[in-house]
Amino acid sequence: MTEKPKVATASLAGCFGCHMTLLDIDDRILSLIDLIDFDKSPIDDIKELGDCTVGLIEGGVSNSENLETLREFRRKCTILVSMGDCATSGGIPAMRNTVPLKECLEEAYLNGPSVVDGVIPNDPDLPSILDRVYPCHEVVKIDYHLPGCPPSADSIWAVLNFLLSGEENLELPYELIKYD
Amino acid sequence: MALELRNQAVNVNEIVSNHGTERHHLMNIVRDAQDAFGCVSGDTAKAIADAMGIHMVEVEGVVSYYHFLTRKPSGKVTIYLSKGAAPSINGVRELTSVLEEVTGSKFRKSGADDAVGLEWTSCIGMSDQEPAALVDGVVITNIDADKAGSLVAHLVNGGDPKEFSTETGDGKNSSDRIHAMVNNNIRKKGEIIFGDRIVGDAIRKLVAMEPSAVLDEVKNSNLRGRGGAGFPCGLKWDFCLKNEAANRYIVCNADEGEPGTFKDRVLLTEQPELVFEGMAVAGYVLNAEEGIMYLRAEYEYLYEYLLNVLNKMREANLLGCNIAGMDGFNFDIKIQLGAGAYVCGEETALLESTEGKRGEPRDRPPFPVSNGYMGEPTAINNVETLSAAARIIEKGADWFKSFGTEKSAGTKVLSVSGDVERPGVYEVPFGITLAELLREAGGENAKAMTVGGPSGKIVSSADFGRRIAFEDMATGGSMVVFGPDSDILQIANDYMEFFIEESCGRCTPCRVGTTLLTRHLEKIRAGRGTKSDINYMINLGKVITGMSRCGLGLTASNPVLSTIENFSELYDGLLTGEEFVPIHDMDLAVRIGREIANFN
Repeated sequence: MTEKPKVATASLAGCFGCHMTLLDIDDRILSLIDLIDFDKSPIDDIKELGDCTVGLIEGGVSNSENLETLREFRRKCTILVSMGDCATSGGIPAMRNTVPLKECLEEAYLNGPSVVDGVIPNDPDLPSILDRVYPCHEVVKIDYHLPGCPPSADSIWAVLNFLLSGEENLELPYELIKYD
Repeated sequence: MALELRNQAVNVNEIVSNHGTERHHLMNIVRDAQDAFGCVSGDTAKAIADAMGIHMVEVEGVVSYYHFLTRKPSGKVTIYLSKGAAPSINGVRELTSVLEEVTGSKFRKSGADDAVGLEWTSCIGMSDQEPAALVDGVVITNIDADKAGSLVAHLVNGGDPKEFSTETGDGKNSSDRIHAMVNNNIRKKGEIIFGDRIVGDAIRKLVAMEPSAVLDEVKNSNLRGRGGAGFPCGLKWDFCLKNEAANRYIVCNADEGEPGTFKDRVLLTEQPELVFEGMAVAGYVLNAEEGIMYLRAEYEYLYEYLLNVLNKMREANLLGCNIAGMDGFNFDIKIQLGAGAYVCGEETALLESTEGKRGEPRDRPPFPVSNGYMGEPTAINNVETLSAAARIIEKGADWFKSFGTEKSAGTKVLSVSGDVERPGVYEVPFGITLAELLREAGGENAKAMTVGGPSGKIVSSADFGRRIAFEDMATGGSMVVFGPDSDILQIANDYMEFFIEESCGRCTPCRVGTTLLTRHLEKIRAGRGTKSDINYMINLGKVITGMSRCGLGLTASNPVLSTIENFSELYDGLLTGEEFVPIHDMDLAVRIGREIANFN
């Protein structure tokens, strides 16, 4: 038996909604595991990332851990996909970009009405927060963008099938890229 | 404080009652308020809104939209220094530090406490005599360090900007009602626009003809719009005429905002009667009784003069009722001043502004020929187009067609500036090559030039054999020439900054796209660009061009797209061999966060 292509997924600064939608492919997940093996992913809890054919990234880049994860995915995945609006544009987490980071942190940890003896977290075990939230393609090369909040299960399914087929041009039907 | 507020309320009421409470007077009201108080504060906006019976947000919306209306004062008096390609070539960068030193103020950071505030402004139509600035509507040209010093000293001592200099420019610039140091710099007069004529000839000829015959004459002349887009003038009037309406309006677009163009300034100074007669010709054809000239705020120094010209024309029965003795031919013109917004040169934005609103472009269709000023059919033409129409009536379509090429009849008035020996206005027949123009202007060693300003194209010397004509290179007339030492990508970068500044912000492709394009251009100029950035910029440029609401977005990518096309070697020379380089410094992004959170 030849080895199946590997797919890894990661959720950076996102809400896991895209991953939940991935599960919405329902029973097709049985066909999917005939086609592929999942590598590192929140779905299987594998911790170490191996070489993969496809990496799906949910969420933007908000802290140093996101940054490292994304860079590692880029190194090890042949094809890297920004999945969902947070990955493609920063999304909801990027709303903080309109407020300077210092003010955000001070409001949350020092001056907020419910804060008592507050301190801005600085434990060395914590990933450090970036000055802004970045969409993935501003940090590493991204091969495909799959918009949607979340992208529908059908479009994730179609994109995975296309990427694994090795065909040249992806054209999603209108129904899959219509969002209103 | 309370007393001050009360006084202000009284003054505001006076201002409002001077104009009237109808919504379309709002522009004039806020302009007057700005003049009176040095800004339109929230309190003033509230008082205006109360007096007009509208919501305060409408007033603040207008104030926040225009460059010369401010919510806070910027110095007791403000110097608006023109920036752009021509100012840069003429040393505005050095002047910037001189001005900051002698005033003690900072550009963009001036406040009420500064005796003399400093602000930037986009091209003020003085590219042939830069560096130039506006102070309370007064134009100061050819500013060097000495002039900057004496200007600031004059203003600090409470001097009236009007009295700063007794120096006046050539031609009618020295007349009492203009009295400006502006020079016409007419380098070449053509037969059509700057040809000798007698005031009133067009109107006297006009009244001897049937309106339909006048329209036919204009159609036969193949006169096309001189603003740059080149829509056939006769056809526009015909469309307008076919829309049944009680009222039709003639609007003259004198919002010459394209950086590097200044020909309308000269036309309005030397041939204002010709422009107004052109409006009367349109009024006669379209049976319109009211004409409006939308004059850009930067040309406010011509306002009194133009009003006086209108008065004289009324006295000579060339405007008003029963013009030139013809019963029932009634037509008059008023002038609407803008308040500083490039996009108001776009016809529907201009209409919005004329109606006293934010100058945001409307959706088209419907076009102004059916739904224009106040919803009525409106013909909007460029200053130069209307002037040419008047000359066509005077001398005939065949005479007009004897100039230019087959598809581009007549002459074009070009504004030439930058690295040339003789910057100024050139009226040339259509069909002239760029090389011929450069020879006349003394710019033979140019390595590039802009045809049509930032919204046009930046072309290299490889294209200097091309012709100025609708069938080859159409242009509104802004020709900025760049000498052998120019940094073309710096120019493209400056042009993009201009579009970022002037985008009205309503549609995303234009508002966001212009910034993204610029950031990528900067990345490439910093030596961090990759081939993928070029592809990204080309694709993004197409999106901006195709998806924007109005002509500004349609052309806003041109500085980047035309330089990628015409100067690809400049880009290639700057690219790194790497496949991908992030646009941001991610190490810095981490460091900033760590510093704020006090990580050790």
